[in-house]
Amino acid sequence: MSVRVFVPGDMAAVAVGADAVAAAVASEARRLGRNVEIVRNGSRGLFELETLVEVETPAGRIGYGPIYPNEVAGLVAAGLFEGADHPKRVGRPEDLPFLKRQTRLTFARCGVIDPQSLDDYRDHGGWKGLERALALGPEAIVDAVKASGLRGRGGAGFPTGIKWDTVRLANARQKYVVCNADEGDSGTFADRMLMEGDPFLLIEGMIVAGIATGATRGYIYTRSEYPFAIDAMQQAIETAYAAGLLGSSVAGSSYTFDLSVRVGAGAYVCGEETALLDSLEGKRGQVRAKPPLPAHAGLFGRPTLINNVLSLAAVPFILAEGPESYRDFGMGRSRGTMPIQLAGDIRNGGLYETAFGVTLGELVEEIGGGTLSGRPVRAVQVGGPLGAYFPRALFDTPFDYEAFTERGGLIGHGGVVVFNDTVDMAQQARFALEFCAIESCGKCTPCRIGSTRGVETVDKIAAGERPAENLALLEDLCETMKFGSLCALGGFTPYPVMSALTHFPEDFGARQPRLEPAE
Amino acid sequence: MSPPRPWNAEVARSLIDAEESQEGALLPILHRLQHAFGCVPDEAVPLVAEALNISRAEVHGVVTFYHDFRRQPAGRRVVKLCQAEACQARGGRAVTAAALAEAGVALGGTTADGELTVEAVYCLGLCASGPAALVDGQPVARLNEAGAAALVSGEMA
Repeated sequence: MSVRVFVPGDMAAVAVGADAVAAAVASEARRLGRNVEIVRNGSRGLFELETLVEVETPAGRIGYGPIYPNEVAGLVAAGLFEGADHPKRVGRPEDLPFLKRQTRLTFARCGVIDPQSLDDYRDHGGWKGLERALALGPEAIVDAVKASGLRGRGGAGFPTGIKWDTVRLANARQKYVVCNADEGDSGTFADRMLMEGDPFLLIEGMIVAGIATGATRGYIYTRSEYPFAIDAMQQAIETAYAAGLLGSSVAGSSYTFDLSVRVGAGAYVCGEETALLDSLEGKRGQVRAKPPLPAHAGLFGRPTLINNVLSLAAVPFILAEGPESYRDFGMGRSRGTMPIQLAGDIRNGGLYETAFGVTLGELVEEIGGGTLSGRPVRAVQVGGPLGAYFPRALFDTPFDYEAFTERGGLIGHGGVVVFNDTVDMAQQARFALEFCAIESCGKCTPCRIGSTRGVETVDKIAAGERPAENLALLEDLCETMKFGSLCALGGFTPYPVMSALTHFPEDFGARQPRLEPAE
Repeated sequence: MSPPRPWNAEVARSLIDAEESQEGALLPILHRLQHAFGCVPDEAVPLVAEALNISRAEVHGVVTFYHDFRRQPAGRRVVKLCQAEACQARGGRAVTAAALAEAGVALGGTTADGELTVEAVYCLGLCASGPAALVDGQPVARLNEAGAAALVSGEMA
């Protein structure tokens, strides 16, 4: 009888040797004359355990991790194919506290199924949202998305249903659905994991969006830094076309939806939706002034629905299970679940999908298990390079759009990066401005010039040059960038800078100038 | 990875032809050209401009806007080291310093023998397993200083 062994094909697993692990399992099986089927699943999202090898047994799937290629022969000899004991045996992965405590609505299948198997997807509840959507029709789909309380998961938190309705009501011969998969924030990897581990879910969400808005053409714009996600999406799209789920008659209906993947070219600012649209059109990725909103005049001037991967991927569950089953999770005006990403110096780093309302302290200390290095936590940056640094004193902040705004921060795309006590917060503030200078699209002055002047000012403060005056100047510059920039790159770079200044003023004292390589 | 081929206008034209009919074809065309030639050669710019009926200045503007596109080929091996916050929090700065010391170049530089280019990349989405790198397109994570030096010297490739 054939044994099924799962070795993740996720980029983060491959980065620590998963391909070699899979090859070693295959060669051991051949040597022993065992009939073994190796499935390259997505990641379960607990990266300290990668490469997490799992075997299907009568008692469920049994995991072993982290497994390095040179450990495979010993693991097989110990009885991997029977789920036998081994020092790295972790039992059933779903019983691990990190996974057990999650509420996986969007990531329910990720790490479990064969990402490229249409049968696996269907057997695990796939296409139910699409079936429901075809029965409901555009207006009722939009009503369901509105009723779910879903807000844009890219960072801005705009009510998704209202955006969908605006595009639905726009009158045009051609409309578009664009998926913003340009996940450039450091500390985030949920879009990548989902595209690699459950690509049909994103396809399903986009087809539903097309039906709801009347858009017949979809693009997934993702990053060149994500080669595995690009391949996974392209392969899944091909499969979906062959199965009649994409194309001129979606699942045998009268709806048309065509979908393709577009690859960026290493510009962070293209994660900003209007820069992304310009890039898709084949231009420099420069930010557009709003209005007009993309919903009225977006890609090639046509009404365009542009949503983040996680927003689109939440929709099939909302339709299949009903909007209230999604809305019932969460707190305040933040409804449903958020795939939070724990990163940096943290023991249990990875993807943690949970209802809104969990506090930052619970995330970092209980769920994340504190630092990996064993050093004390000093600062936590939430929401990517444009998010604020939080000190331990603010660990009671609940994960909620409004609560983070009140504390001078943002949840952004859900990235949480933990820094230990060796971090130099003046250096982090400098980096935020330096990154803004490197990635600025150049269209507006506060961002283009302000970022560079900001780096110089932080350097002067660090060198002890008229510190009080320069600190006041830096604050003033941040105000100008915040209120005068065209988009969130220039507008939010002040968050990490000002939070570092406010919460860690002791790092901005006089000192000798540091020598750093010029970019 | 197949090594880049020398400039050939016929090859360039056929690559442009393969992509030009789609909406917003410029980025897909530039990616194809760079894949074939290791960069977007200046000779390609007028061909692309003509095919898309845009000005050479517009093509030049796009080539130079995006960090990925090169106007000259990189070294035979390209190591991209993540410089973003999550990798910084896991010792990324020290790993970068070790790699650069071993290679004897600054970030963005190519060794004198044209063997190796070491560049910055801002996030590979491997933020819980950093410091991370992309070595000729292959991801590598959990790097330490010794590992980074070995990777640059080609011992781990």
